[in-house]
Amino acid sequence: MLKIENLHATIGDTEILKGLTLEVAAGEVHAIMGPNGAGKSTLSYVLGGRPGYEVTAGSVRFNGIDLLDLDPHERAAAGLFLGFQYPVEIPGVSNVQFLREALNAQRGARGEEPLSGGEFLKLAREKAGLLKLDMEMLKRQVNVGFSGGEKKRAEMVQMGILDPKFAVLDETDSGLDIDALRTVGDGINSIMRAPDKAVLLITHYQRLLDYVKPDKVHVLAKGRIVKTGGPELALQLENEGYEAVAA
Amino acid sequence: MNEQTTLPEADIQDKAARDAAKKLETYEHGFHSDIEQDFAPKGLNEDTVRFISAKKGEPEWMLDWRLKAFRLWQTMEEPDWAKLGYPKIDYQDAYYYAEPTKKPELGSLDELDPEIKRVYDKLGIPLGEQEVLAGVKGARKVAVDAVFDSVSVATTFRKELESAGVIFRSISEAIKEYPDLVRQWLGKVVPQRDNYFATLNCAVFSDGTFVYIPEGVRCPMELSTYFRINAENTGQFERTLIVAEKGSYVSYLEGCTAPMRDENQLHAAVVELVAMDDAEIKYSTVQNWYPGDADGKGGIYNFVTKRALCQGARSKVSWTQVETGSAVTWKYPSCVLNGEDSVGEFYSVAVTNNYQQADTGTKMIHNGKGSRSTIISKGISAGKSDNTYRGLVRVGANADNVRNFTQCDSLLLGDTCGAHTVPYIEVKNPTAQIEHEATTSKISDDQLFYAMQRGLGEEEAVALIVNGFAKEVMKQLPMEFAVEAQKLLAISLEGSVG
Repeated sequence: MLKIENLHATIGDTEILKGLTLEVAAGEVHAIMGPNGAGKSTLSYVLGGRPGYEVTAGSVRFNGIDLLDLDPHERAAAGLFLGFQYPVEIPGVSNVQFLREALNAQRGARGEEPLSGGEFLKLAREKAGLLKLDMEMLKRQVNVGFSGGEKKRAEMVQMGILDPKFAVLDETDSGLDIDALRTVGDGINSIMRAPDKAVLLITHYQRLLDYVKPDKVHVLAKGRIVKTGGPELALQLENEGYEAVAA
Repeated sequence: MNEQTTLPEADIQDKAARDAAKKLETYEHGFHSDIEQDFAPKGLNEDTVRFISAKKGEPEWMLDWRLKAFRLWQTMEEPDWAKLGYPKIDYQDAYYYAEPTKKPELGSLDELDPEIKRVYDKLGIPLGEQEVLAGVKGARKVAVDAVFDSVSVATTFRKELESAGVIFRSISEAIKEYPDLVRQWLGKVVPQRDNYFATLNCAVFSDGTFVYIPEGVRCPMELSTYFRINAENTGQFERTLIVAEKGSYVSYLEGCTAPMRDENQLHAAVVELVAMDDAEIKYSTVQNWYPGDADGKGGIYNFVTKRALCQGARSKVSWTQVETGSAVTWKYPSCVLNGEDSVGEFYSVAVTNNYQQADTGTKMIHNGKGSRSTIISKGISAGKSDNTYRGLVRVGANADNVRNFTQCDSLLLGDTCGAHTVPYIEVKNPTAQIEHEATTSKISDDQLFYAMQRGLGEEEAVALIVNGFAKEVMKQLPMEFAVEAQKLLAISLEGSVG
């Protein structure tokens, strides 16, 4: 489904990704773990197409198309979702307005009919319920005044509403207490566990993986995947540290 | 005002029809046989003023008033304190009563500048109205008919207004039909010598609107210049006077979201509002005059004087403006709060792009005890434009317990534009509570990328963020304006990012 080959990317003059290769098949959940500064967030931004992140070599194919050739919103319409480590505030814009416009823009790009206000609210209510987020929160401004945990849950509600094919979740577990972690984990499973979908979980810790069982775990260090294994690799990392395992 | 209900049928018919009839009448009877031309030659002198007044068949007092203003104007200097730069205006190189302002007639909409056509489509303006706006041959008649038809509604509206006792007329008509009322208030809010542009307007105003709401009447509908502007070229020196008697209410909409091309570069309007005890006037403007091309060529110079007199106790005036057009905007809708516990509000969104310049804001003059004012100004600058908020809050020595809250937010798109905030606060009474908040921010790359990652194109993302920024003001607009105004913000900022 997602095939990254020999990806090199720079920010300014600094090369962050240095020949990253990774393949995620449909129906799978992969976790990427790694020390600070390894390039985890850079990978998610490069996949999303953020300006300022320049790909200097390599390729990314998404369901057979050249992902790097698309603008960020075209990547979204093609089914790519990024869960942000630091979700962004948009003052004066309600979540409902934001997500309805976003969803209908995606649907329009795919040649589908827009959802009416009523249809959208029904969908939003369902997904908010899944993540145990009060519907009132969705009427508030995007991420304004949300706690860290609320922001992360709101990200997952967004994911549920936009219903992507492939999600890159960047430290979605950070800032969550134990109960919220379980809720978010369950949410990810119910939204993204499907034969035609896949997830790339970027995380520092093993704990989210207790709820969202990965098919594969990769260690990212110095801009490359240096080790790949099963779920047991995450436990090993947690016990022994990156340096010991990745060396 | 009771005679309103017994006006002859002819008076409630469409103005265009009456104008045409009147024109014919004056020709046949030769009332104005000394005027053979349809326009005054270029330039401005006493003859020009006399010509305009005669053309309109004005009474003697009106001509005298205009001449007095003209003589005053000749002694005045054009102000230069605003943060605006524009070539010196040659007042002798302009038409003041003009046929030449007529737009070139088009055979069909196909001949219209595709850029303007695109904006019409984006705003969702029906084809019939597009033809009128674009000046397509024969369209005016069709549109007038359409206004008649869709507005058997309008006739119904007029009847409704008449029976409520509301007077809603062009100022030229009102001068003739209600001379006492007009004389009582014209120039009382904005005195003739107020400022250079207002004085000029007094001398040469072309037309405008007069509204009178009798005591205790809640105007049964939003009043809009929209129909009238379609039917006539109100022109460059517009004059508006609205009087709200005790306990009355009116909401007035001015302007049009459609881009208006006009060969007249200089516009200098005057708007006067009067609110008596417990009266409320809500005045909303959406202005989208031609801002000039991407290089800053052409474009309207808009020097407007708008002021409200909150004369009565507990009277209230709200100004809401969405300014996206014009090359140069010089405009400070203000409230003189004389009444005890009177309230003034100013909600403004001003967008500048390319080489546009706007110096706009408000004055809240607190003379009445317990008077309150709120100022919310949202400036959005893009391209190489300059956007200045200039505001005055003044509290008189006798005005106890005055409150003011001012919030000025500026949003910058890109790094070649400017945003400036120039607040003046003059307080002569120690009981006043004055609050001023100001912020300047940029649309962040984070916000743009976030919105685009969720599926919005770049311009949609900018529009969403900008509308969120301006929301506090936009929500003050009447519904029918709000939706178009939102689209207008987006269109005005096209091409400003990336």
